[in-house]
Amino acid sequence: MIEAFKGAVDAFSSPVTIFTAAALFLTLFVSFPKFFVSKPATLGMVILSGIFFFIGLTDKHFKSIVTKPDNVPIVAMLFIFGYFTWFSLKKAVTNDALVAAGKPTVEKAEAEQKVMVFPYLIYIEFVVALAYSIGLVLWSIFLKAPLEQPANPTISPNPSKAPWYFLGLQEMLVYFDPWIAGVLLPTFIIVGLCCIPYIDRDTKMSGFYSYKGRRRAIIPFLFGFWLLWILLIVVGTFLRGPNWNFFGPFEVWDVHKVVPLVNVNLSEFIYIKWLGTGLPKLWLIRELPGIAIIGAYFLIPPAILAVTALKSVYEKLGAVRYSILMILALTMLALPIKMYLRWAFNLKYLVAIPEFFFNI
Amino acid sequence: MPEPEKPKKKFEFKLPQFSWKDFRLKTQVGKSIFRHDYKDDDRDRALTVLTNVFFHLHPVKVRKSGARFGFTWCAGGLSFFVFLTLVVSGILLMFYYRPTVEYAYNDIIAMREHVPFGIMRELHRWGAHAMIITVWLHMFRVFMTGSYKPPREFNWVIGVILLVLTMLLSFTGYLLPWDQLAMWAITVGSNMARATPFLGHEGPGAALLSFGDIQLIHSGSDVRFALLGGRFVGEGALLRFYILHCVAIPTVVVILMAVHFWRIRKDGGISAPL
Repeated sequence: MIEAFKGAVDAFSSPVTIFTAAALFLTLFVSFPKFFVSKPATLGMVILSGIFFFIGLTDKHFKSIVTKPDNVPIVAMLFIFGYFTWFSLKKAVTNDALVAAGKPTVEKAEAEQKVMVFPYLIYIEFVVALAYSIGLVLWSIFLKAPLEQPANPTISPNPSKAPWYFLGLQEMLVYFDPWIAGVLLPTFIIVGLCCIPYIDRDTKMSGFYSYKGRRRAIIPFLFGFWLLWILLIVVGTFLRGPNWNFFGPFEVWDVHKVVPLVNVNLSEFIYIKWLGTGLPKLWLIRELPGIAIIGAYFLIPPAILAVTALKSVYEKLGAVRYSILMILALTMLALPIKMYLRWAFNLKYLVAIPEFFFNI
Repeated sequence: MPEPEKPKKKFEFKLPQFSWKDFRLKTQVGKSIFRHDYKDDDRDRALTVLTNVFFHLHPVKVRKSGARFGFTWCAGGLSFFVFLTLVVSGILLMFYYRPTVEYAYNDIIAMREHVPFGIMRELHRWGAHAMIITVWLHMFRVFMTGSYKPPREFNWVIGVILLVLTMLLSFTGYLLPWDQLAMWAITVGSNMARATPFLGHEGPGAALLSFGDIQLIHSGSDVRFALLGGRFVGEGALLRFYILHCVAIPTVVVILMAVHFWRIRKDGGISAPL
């Protein structure tokens, strides 16, 4: 029974299915937040994740990965962020209900009163610091910091992994070249985060938990945070084995797993498979279709959206802010799009100009 | 007439009575340090915050909504506290550690073998992981409450920079044990820098930066070389990462934290509904 469950999980697991499942769950979560913060749903989620985890821990391989000292914080982080996502949505739902009833929000009701920092706030900080200190000391006593063999530049471990908080970026390397996954996208993440307050400026919705009025901000944020950051870290840490091959959670990391490399560039699709003429010599002509697609991707949807679905957004933000928002949003979506293209068509690069190390 | 015998003074051993309260309020030393009582009135409570350099990061009074654990999750304050614990444990580690290829690994081994009940390295490593989580959590909370909105935009930007620096602090520290885990994690991480557009020798556009036949960007002059102090993760990288980890980045972080905390106050304190 348990073996069958583990086999089924392994068979189901792949980067695409996991991403899709997570995206579906997030869609449900943000569509029915009231349901998901209700008691039965909460209990259900806790029980299901608990069952999965405990069944997992009976598996030797799963256990060895999640209890690896450096991976323990990731497991802790999943529960911490899972809890606090739920918690903030719960507070938001409560406030939304209060607003709908014409009452002040929980925060608003208390915002007029002031309390002395000493003792009220300082005691909270003290207790939190104390709890953290105790937790950290216990953590340090029970879990030794890892120390492997001395550094040896001639023996590279397989797989070689970056520190866990950068594994989302390393996972992106599957879909993009290093200049995008390692340089461009991190820059976009940082710049994009910095841009948030200059795009979302509605001060009426600040200073309290709310969901209904801020769906357009919260949904993309949860999407980016959970699916494009945390999930990729989880995949990169727990599910990528030797040669960066994908393994299910209960699958043993087999160094000899053979994965066919059948990925094809867009230009090869067009000129060899469809036109049958062979690749043109000049790179510009060869890559023109890919460049056109990427140009169209960044130009046409924003233009259409500006006069249709996002007309009000465009009017509110103005051309500059709207363009920045669109570039950021489309860049964010580029990763799942590439992921699905890879899965559906074995597409390697949309634009491949190895002459300049310029592959997209 | 015989003099009346003086009553013999009985020897009595008396411990000097020490009253903490008298010390604080009556002696010169105590008054110079504490200055006021901890009475249960607002004046002394206000003075507690105002006259203490650590407490005065806070205002004297805050909105009740902002002093709730359920609102802030104390994530920002905790991040600061975790940073302080990392500074303390880091300084202790520096006593034992020499950042050279020859000694680094052995010093870590020695710390494990020779320091009784040594958990300082664990406190530092797990603390570093914890700080990343608390900083992300802080960002998450600030987002979910919409607290980045005007007038707090710029403080959010500083926060984003601090978040990046937190990860860079952890990343640079990852190399220092100089074991396989460390070296190859940094190799993987820094290999990305090769591909920096224009500035990495395998990045798009790097070939354009040249005088005639002379390439300006090659493996001995690109950003990866600047980061590692060499073409591979070796002696130069270890020293650079040590300096970045112990001196350079913490200095920047402390300065930005000062700005971050200052701006919280100047932008109206912990956010609340209008």
